[in-house]
Amino acid sequence: MIGGFCAVTTQKLLTLSKKVKDESVTFFDSYTEVPYLRIWFGETGERIIDYAVPLSILLAIPLMLLLGVAIERGLIRHFYRRPHADQILVTFGLAIVLQELVKAYFGANPIPTPAPAIVAGSAAVGSWIGLGDAVSYPWWRLVYFLFSVAVIGAVFAFLRYTTFGMVVRAGMRDRETVGLFGIDIERRFTIVFGIAVVVAGLAGAMYTPILSPDYHMGMEFLVLSFVVVVVGGMGSLAGAVAAGFLLGILQSFASMNEVKSLIPGIDQIVIYLVAVAILLVRPRGLMGRAGVMEA
Amino acid sequence: MSARFEATGGARRDHLLLAGFALVVLTMPLWMRPFGAAYPDLLQRFAIYGIFAIGFNILFGLTGYLSFGHAAFLGVGSYAAVWAFKLVTVNVLPAIAFAIVVSGLFALAIGYMSLRRSGIYFSILTLAFAQMCYNLAYSVLTPITNGETSLQMARTDPRILDTWLFGPSPLIPSTHLFGMEMKGYPGFYFCAVLLIVAFYVAMRISRSPLGTMLRAIKSNQNRLNYTGVNSRPYALAAFVISGVYAGLAGALLACTDPLAGAERMQWTASGEVVLMAILGGVGTLLGPFVGAVIIKYLENIFSAFNEQTLHSVFGFLPDGVENVVVAVAGLFVGEGWHLTLGMMFMLLVIFLPGGVMEGARRLGGLWRTGVAAPRAGVRRLAPSDSPSVGGGE
Repeated sequence: MIGGFCAVTTQKLLTLSKKVKDESVTFFDSYTEVPYLRIWFGETGERIIDYAVPLSILLAIPLMLLLGVAIERGLIRHFYRRPHADQILVTFGLAIVLQELVKAYFGANPIPTPAPAIVAGSAAVGSWIGLGDAVSYPWWRLVYFLFSVAVIGAVFAFLRYTTFGMVVRAGMRDRETVGLFGIDIERRFTIVFGIAVVVAGLAGAMYTPILSPDYHMGMEFLVLSFVVVVVGGMGSLAGAVAAGFLLGILQSFASMNEVKSLIPGIDQIVIYLVAVAILLVRPRGLMGRAGVMEA
Repeated sequence: MSARFEATGGARRDHLLLAGFALVVLTMPLWMRPFGAAYPDLLQRFAIYGIFAIGFNILFGLTGYLSFGHAAFLGVGSYAAVWAFKLVTVNVLPAIAFAIVVSGLFALAIGYMSLRRSGIYFSILTLAFAQMCYNLAYSVLTPITNGETSLQMARTDPRILDTWLFGPSPLIPSTHLFGMEMKGYPGFYFCAVLLIVAFYVAMRISRSPLGTMLRAIKSNQNRLNYTGVNSRPYALAAFVISGVYAGLAGALLACTDPLAGAERMQWTASGEVVLMAILGGVGTLLGPFVGAVIIKYLENIFSAFNEQTLHSVFGFLPDGVENVVVAVAGLFVGEGWHLTLGMMFMLLVIFLPGGVMEGARRLGGLWRTGVAAPRAGVRRLAPSDSPSVGGGE
């Protein structure tokens, strides 16, 4: 049960990601306006400003970890024994509150955050693999892609190949038995929750150059990621990744003009259409396990 | 609880409840005045969203199926009603009937598919259907929905029945019920009467064998299935009824203001009705209406507060303190009313999962034990007749 819940909350906490990213970015942006850094460090300072987004990750990790642990300790922990609906609702309420706090602090307008100059252009991906120069891809998205692969790999390895991960997975199945072995499973869940929040925060921080962050970007992602997690199957990391790629690729495919002229409006609904089809054919999503989040 | 109880004491109590509810709703223009909410537009909204929330509660409160796409039916109802205005007549009754039929069919189709799954998967399915409706209304279905500009009435509309009866009209006629215009207080009373009817029907459903069956679905669907009952038709019935309520609410929105936009179908609108039901108290009869009133009140009144109002409210404080208080309170009103909503919602879910209605019940219980049984003090550590101990609590 908690496995599914962790997955959901991870996605829910995308809302939080925006907060960190905003904070870190404006933190550096304020230097841009009064470039002390430049005065102090000359060229190096300029470069630091340029690399605001990657550097913001360094800020994001401890901050998000702290936030995640605080939320788990203060709020989520008391909800493990309550019905699923309550869990969803309280995190939903939390999302509203955080969103409004962000709005109060950073304002309602999107804050443009450019990627470092070195990755500003497009990569001639086509010429590398012999498809000609016409095929190109923005550098930053390439970086983002590699970054996400690395993060997914790290999380997967952590849950799969470490003792800690093994204990947590066992705890998802049967927390009572794990507790009877003398393992402090509560503490481990807190840590896992913190990690989940960090991952969501990283996703948000890295995404800023692609889409200027504003206060309600979290909510928009919330719905989509919720769909992705459920389509992938509750409690399955591989399923979530697979569903993410599947829906993302189908969405891009449906946005092509050729497809659109064939079936008008398909680009608007393809994600939901696929989600409905998959859920009707496979009751627990692509790779979901039995008994997770089924009220 | 038991059927026997329902038959004897329950019926009379229900009639009292209905009468009280009708009285409260119909006198809203009077007692809402001190709250600054006694203007017809807002009162109409109270009544309309009350219907919406009561309908949502029939599904969520009784069967436990959490639909996250209920706003789709609201939007469909609105579109259907506006089309009825455009094509047939600006009398509201045919429009409402048409909207009910269309949204009922919609709910039947969506419910038939979504109810194959339960729990979170059901929620996602309904969400997916609603988002599809929303996205389509914005893009491909523009001929029907008029996309971003919203569907509205135009002078060139055919209005077959009206033209046939009264001849062509030079202006855009406003919606009416046999000559009574659906604006201002007449509009409110029309909505209020429908709200009371909706409340009565919901009450009857919840007391009927169907209601018992729906509650059985909520408490243990597996057991119900093992006893040989096919529970899905019952759940589907609840879904369709609930969709019809939403369609009715949408039609009323269109009646009071003949304009239908796609944003009514967005998931935020679906989330809003969930909030209303939870806030008021899921599974109770009055709760959803209370929740709807609270949220709409906050949305319209709280959000209109600005710094000026706050300064006048906190004017009695010393200057320095006043500024701090106003700055803090300013976060919660005006643009930030969502913060108030979110906070309130979280606190309720954490401490009072039954919503406002449970709070009222608990308070009522406290009061009753306090008045009727002085012995009740024994249960607590601090007896009520020793103020020194009570103060330390």
